[in-house]
Amino acid sequence: MRTSGLLEFCAYLENSPLALAIQDSFWVVPIMQTLHILAISALLIAMLLINLRVLNFADKSDSISIVISRYMHIIWFALPVLLISGCILIVGEPARSLANPAFQMKMIMLLVAIAITVGIQRMGSKNHGLIQPTGTIKALSILSLLLWFGIVACGRWIAYT
Amino acid sequence: MNDTLILLHGSTIAQTIRENELLFPWIEALHVMAITLVFGSIALVDLRLIGVRALNRPISKIAKELLPITWMAFLLAAVTGAILFTSNALSYSQNFYFISKIVLLALAGINMMCFQFIIGRNLEAWNHYQRLPTSARIAGAISIIVWTGVIFCGRLIGFTLEPVLAIS
Repeated sequence: MRTSGLLEFCAYLENSPLALAIQDSFWVVPIMQTLHILAISALLIAMLLINLRVLNFADKSDSISIVISRYMHIIWFALPVLLISGCILIVGEPARSLANPAFQMKMIMLLVAIAITVGIQRMGSKNHGLIQPTGTIKALSILSLLLWFGIVACGRWIAYT
Repeated sequence: MNDTLILLHGSTIAQTIRENELLFPWIEALHVMAITLVFGSIALVDLRLIGVRALNRPISKIAKELLPITWMAFLLAAVTGAILFTSNALSYSQNFYFISKIVLLALAGINMMCFQFIIGRNLEAWNHYQRLPTSARIAGAISIIVWTGVIFCGRLIGFTLEPVLAIS
């Protein structure tokens, strides 16, 4: 998607004082990118540990809702850090990100992944430890893992598309 | 040293990667995925060591759950990293941030060995500890700082890499 409206918005952002300040500094972008990677690390490991338990690959002595409550807060802590550092990176180079197909794909995958995450969290809080994940839930769990890894891959691909 | 690097630069793997414009980004994407899992898993262990989170779970249990993930992800990161290095060995070996990253990795390794064989030889003994001994807390803090440095240096390589032509 590269509508003229989007490109105009990119040009507007690109010339804003904040964008110019980011472009002028050597350090802002790599520091924000490092923060972005640290936050995605926190999110991915929490996601992986929750989904390994939902898929019955992890230690079964802890119930699914215990594992969800153990790690879910990490995801909700990491997401705003990702959002803020991501926005700063976008302002620095709007056209390279917003108008980029890899970025757009990343955002679509992100929306679906977050929707599944909310669903898994609701499931965890409703059934107080007695849940036996159905086939559908397991399929969603695998899908969300694939989506999160896809999101990381798309993030790297922004630099090449 | 330079001869070896030139040899690496001319190897089939290196040529294949340089000639195929899709390979490098895909291997890099895998490298990033692997590193996020290395950092995420080791950080959860470190935060327990330092005493920031999961104080009611024994460190032995946390280490047993997470360190296998760390090792598998580290293996993937090392293999993909080695392939990326091969594709442009001369440039990387002269890059300040690449060298710093390798030094930091070595420090992380030494810290981990000290923990494994000296400080945390017997993790079970700490099963009823909420707050761990100072040496364990320091090892955790060093680990999380050094790994953050590894990621920061890794990201900076992309901003500072200069082409070095192989004289063949």
